[in-house]
Amino acid sequence: MSLLSAADQQKLREAFDRMTRSVRLLFFSQAIGCETCGETRQILDELRGLSDRISVEEINLVSDRISVEEINLVLEGDKAKQYGVDRTPAIAIAYGSGSSESGRSRESGGSSEASSTGDGRMSDTMKDSRIRFLGAPSGWEFVSLVQAVLLAGGRESALSAASLDRLRAVDRPITMQVFTTPT
Amino acid sequence: MAFASPHITATAVEATEFPDLARKYQVSGVPKTVVNEEVEILGALPEAAFIEQALSSPRQ
Repeated sequence: MSLLSAADQQKLREAFDRMTRSVRLLFFSQAIGCETCGETRQILDELRGLSDRISVEEINLVSDRISVEEINLVLEGDKAKQYGVDRTPAIAIAYGSGSSESGRSRESGGSSEASSTGDGRMSDTMKDSRIRFLGAPSGWEFVSLVQAVLLAGGRESALSAASLDRLRAVDRPITMQVFTTPT
Repeated sequence: MAFASPHITATAVEATEFPDLARKYQVSGVPKTVVNEEVEILGALPEAAFIEQALSSPRQ
């Protein structure tokens, strides 16, 4: 059974259709000790089904001696480290260059690099959006996830020009954790 | 905000799934935003005020 109603699927399809860049959702999972990994996988599978521009890459973290208090993760391909992920389920959002967008000509003479395709393969030129989700993206988190996908997919920021100017002037690392609940 | 600056990373944390994090940052209501482990922003603020507070965090 699908989580999204037919009407919601249609609305999302239309929104995703306007994306100019491909978006990859990196899904960090664990086979053991991750209660909501299954739910997260289902949500991401449904999202992926709504647009050729969305792909999902699942990165399975193998637990090394799970203790209740401390979970030591053996990192697969250092991806978890690269994206700063140490818990599951986690989603990191990356995006492509939008080079496959029709109507946007690439510089002539350039060799066509392996860019995103509908079958989920992506080039390694994906950029990190630095947007992460920790925990299953259900309820309001799902709305946030869709907004983040659209932003990574090329939609304009909803922030004011003044805010964007302030943010562009930031010259030191800032880490933000936004705590939410599904309801 | 993360999308607007290469120096900003933003993580949405589902508080009920990670009670240890919720405890660590003393989350008693949502939304609660913790910036650089130090600055706490409670609730939803107007955009300009939110950014002002977030950028007021000390260097890590």
